[in-house]
Amino acid sequence: MTAKKESNKSKNKDKAKVKAKAQDQEQIEKKSGLAIFIEEVSGGSLKIPVLAIFTGLLAGGVIVAITTVEMYQAFGQGSIIEGLGIGWRAIVDSYISLFTGAIGDPPKIIEALSSGDDVLIRKAFNPILESLVLSTPYIFAGLAVALGFRTGLFNIGAEGQLFIGAIVSVWIGFSFKGLPSYIHIPMAMLGGALGGAAWGFIPGILKAKFGAHEVINTIMMNYIAFRLSEYLLRGPLMRPDSFNPISPFVEKSAELPRFFEDPIRFHLGFFIALGVAWLVYWFMFKTKWGFDLRTVGANPNAARYAGMNIVRSTIVAMSLSGALAGLAGANEVLGVNHNLALAFSSGYGFDAIALALLGKSHPMGVVLASILFGTLRNGAIKMQIAGIPVDIITIIQSFVIVFIAAPAIIRTMYRMKEKEGGDEPVFLSKWGGN
Amino acid sequence: MTTVLELKGITKRFPGVLANDKIDLTLEKGNIHALLGENGAGKSTLMNILYGLYQPDEGEILIGGQHKKIYSPNDSISAGVGMVHQHFMLVPVFTVTENVMLGAEEMRGGLFLDRQAAAEKIAKISEQYNLEVDPYAYVQDLSVGAQQRVEIIKLLYREADILILDEPTAVLTPQEADDLFKVMRNLTERDKSIIFITHKLREVLDVADQITVIRLGKVVGTTTPKKADQKKLASMMVGREVMLHVERKPAKPKEPVLKVENLKVLDDRSHLAVDDISFEVRAGEILGLAGVQGNGQTELVEAITGLRETFEGTIELLGENIANQTPRKITELGSAHIPEDRQRDGLVLSFPIIDNLALNTYYLPPYSKGAILQEQVMLENANTLIERFDVRTPSAETPAGSLSGGNQQKVIVAREFSRPAKFIVASQPTRGLDVGSIEYIHNRLVKKRDEGTGVLLVSPELDEVMELSDRIAVMYRGKIVDILPGDEVTKEMVGLLMAGVSPNDARSMNAK
Repeated sequence: MTAKKESNKSKNKDKAKVKAKAQDQEQIEKKSGLAIFIEEVSGGSLKIPVLAIFTGLLAGGVIVAITTVEMYQAFGQGSIIEGLGIGWRAIVDSYISLFTGAIGDPPKIIEALSSGDDVLIRKAFNPILESLVLSTPYIFAGLAVALGFRTGLFNIGAEGQLFIGAIVSVWIGFSFKGLPSYIHIPMAMLGGALGGAAWGFIPGILKAKFGAHEVINTIMMNYIAFRLSEYLLRGPLMRPDSFNPISPFVEKSAELPRFFEDPIRFHLGFFIALGVAWLVYWFMFKTKWGFDLRTVGANPNAARYAGMNIVRSTIVAMSLSGALAGLAGANEVLGVNHNLALAFSSGYGFDAIALALLGKSHPMGVVLASILFGTLRNGAIKMQIAGIPVDIITIIQSFVIVFIAAPAIIRTMYRMKEKEGGDEPVFLSKWGGN
Repeated sequence: MTTVLELKGITKRFPGVLANDKIDLTLEKGNIHALLGENGAGKSTLMNILYGLYQPDEGEILIGGQHKKIYSPNDSISAGVGMVHQHFMLVPVFTVTENVMLGAEEMRGGLFLDRQAAAEKIAKISEQYNLEVDPYAYVQDLSVGAQQRVEIIKLLYREADILILDEPTAVLTPQEADDLFKVMRNLTERDKSIIFITHKLREVLDVADQITVIRLGKVVGTTTPKKADQKKLASMMVGREVMLHVERKPAKPKEPVLKVENLKVLDDRSHLAVDDISFEVRAGEILGLAGVQGNGQTELVEAITGLRETFEGTIELLGENIANQTPRKITELGSAHIPEDRQRDGLVLSFPIIDNLALNTYYLPPYSKGAILQEQVMLENANTLIERFDVRTPSAETPAGSLSGGNQQKVIVAREFSRPAKFIVASQPTRGLDVGSIEYIHNRLVKKRDEGTGVLLVSPELDEVMELSDRIAVMYRGKIVDILPGDEVTKEMVGLLMAGVSPNDARSMNAK
């Protein structure tokens, strides 16, 4: 087959080559920023992720309908049409409340804008900004797992690293007093990153030096982190005037600045997350260090053959991954809660695994996936008020992940043709295995 | 003679490619019919059609004179056609019996596996056809040759009369290949018929009754070993005159670049794989390392390239001891390495060619400035090398994994040969490649030698070693048995040494 292609090519080889060269150069020049991102994230097409999300929402709708008790009551009274109507209305209602909860209510926004009232405007724009607030820890944690994946490591320990990051940065936040913000904030963020890095470094060195599998060790490190934070919050870090396991509030100077007045919590953390995502992209794809890590992840044998230091790469990658997860924790305590409570994370570190998969372990993909997750989470709160259980959102998220992880399902459903050369598998086949 | 299989006008199109173009093929009972062609010529497509994995767009299949529609491997097996794939389809942790039974289980009371009955049947088959194998051995403990025998037994167990062997010798040592040929003749004597897919010319001439050559999806011609010779077959395959022999001026060896002294290396199981070896490679010569695979060559090469720790002894590269140094240090000193397994070690298949061509220079200027990769420089380098080394690829951004084997190897050769190396280790540089690519890579190696590079060529293909080497070292059980001048020594002599005959005995045997 290829021989045929080759012979055709060799006929006008020179022509083709000149052309190809010109094209290559053009591509490098033209294809920049977003274009490369999108291509790399979607493997040349955004179709699958978009369809996966759409199908996930569709499937979620079906579940909303079949869990609506009133529908069965109508069925019981022999009125099928009415029952279906009720089911349909339940779906529409829940998605409307999801939308207004997550993005905002367009009529209200227009009304608020035309009234010119500050408070109304803030309330109207709060949902979409709150979605971004909820997306922020997802971005950090998703980047953490994605960086691990790219290096062939499966970091399940993002949650634990996030806790340690939060502990360190909350401690820096409340125990240093009288510092200016421009010193206190970076110090607290950096402290969080270092805490997470230390928590990633341990399984990293265990893997690199002794071959202990990082999946097992990061899980164990999670438990240590949970119990450690429990101990600290009931002991040394407990707020003196409290009987609950809660830390003192951080100093004002350590709080990530918010851009608007209450109730809008939108804070600098989101932009820091975007900056860090860009930094991770630059590091992984534009520097020789990133080249090292990606090669070790894609083919450790070839990396060794090419003279790369696998031991060092493994330790570096686990530490960096931990640092990113630590930033997620720091962001939550410095930007949102301003203190540390035991239940401050709703499993960001575990959702992060799904985000890294959804974003194909590419920073830009992770950002997009995180915003999707944050938005769904935020909308879910409003949905719950409308009487739809919040678990529906979890189910929708799970559907989306299944469809992304198994693109064949989507392709079969929408009768799409298989791409030449097949899909790049979302999962790394050898997840840190040997 | 009766015809057992006839393919008439088989055509198969893939998007943009005509993989099979009106192919006719006739297989006579008790014959070995060789299907010869380069990689990508359409051999595998044709056989997959016969095996039911693809449906032909046009044409018909006659088995035993009857029209057959084959929609799945099951159809093909029930029609008496079986296939041994190049990569074996065996479960390593199962026994031979269990593997053979798999999918055609012998049952007791409709519920329990009857391993004994199956094992007896297997023993009978293996006796009848001289396919030596222990029915109760675990497949993972068997040699590659024995695993292949299990695959053949699988087909006979299912009473196949037509056997398709897809590149069966690619994974075998020369001895194992000879054993396989004996088995093949045994089979044909008992009225089985064989389609033998290969691109090795010598084997075809040795073993086939009929030869069909295909190129670019078309039958170029059908002939017999009596009417053809290697040169003719090669030019039919490639479509042009092929130099089977490399033009080689006498070597002008200079100072030694690599000196190995009393080297001992352990294998993965901590057994002595390289046992007290000493030799040197000089600038401007090719030292061929002959030996049946598994006699320590792999470990020796790994020690020289820094991929494996040495146990004792020294390895001097350009005067510096490199034993237990890192691969990077050794590369930087001026050594290049074509690894034995290109997909495992030599390439990152998911990376574009650009990155693969810079795999061991990416961190140096001009490919990196400080820590930042210079993508434009890397791209220009890739485009230059693609042109210079004739890599057939749509673009420099194509992932290495979507190139053909020959072109993947060219990427490695381009990368390793474009660096100013004083010493090159070429480990099985033409493994699994077609005639055209072999010719190309051989010429490149000789050119490097003429430029004054020292080359250590490691290959289990005796022909390759004989063809290229200025001196031949024969390795047996971890030791270098003898080092002989390449132009004077005979193939028989090297063969005897490879088989473990002592040099003195070999000389006297050879003299007779």
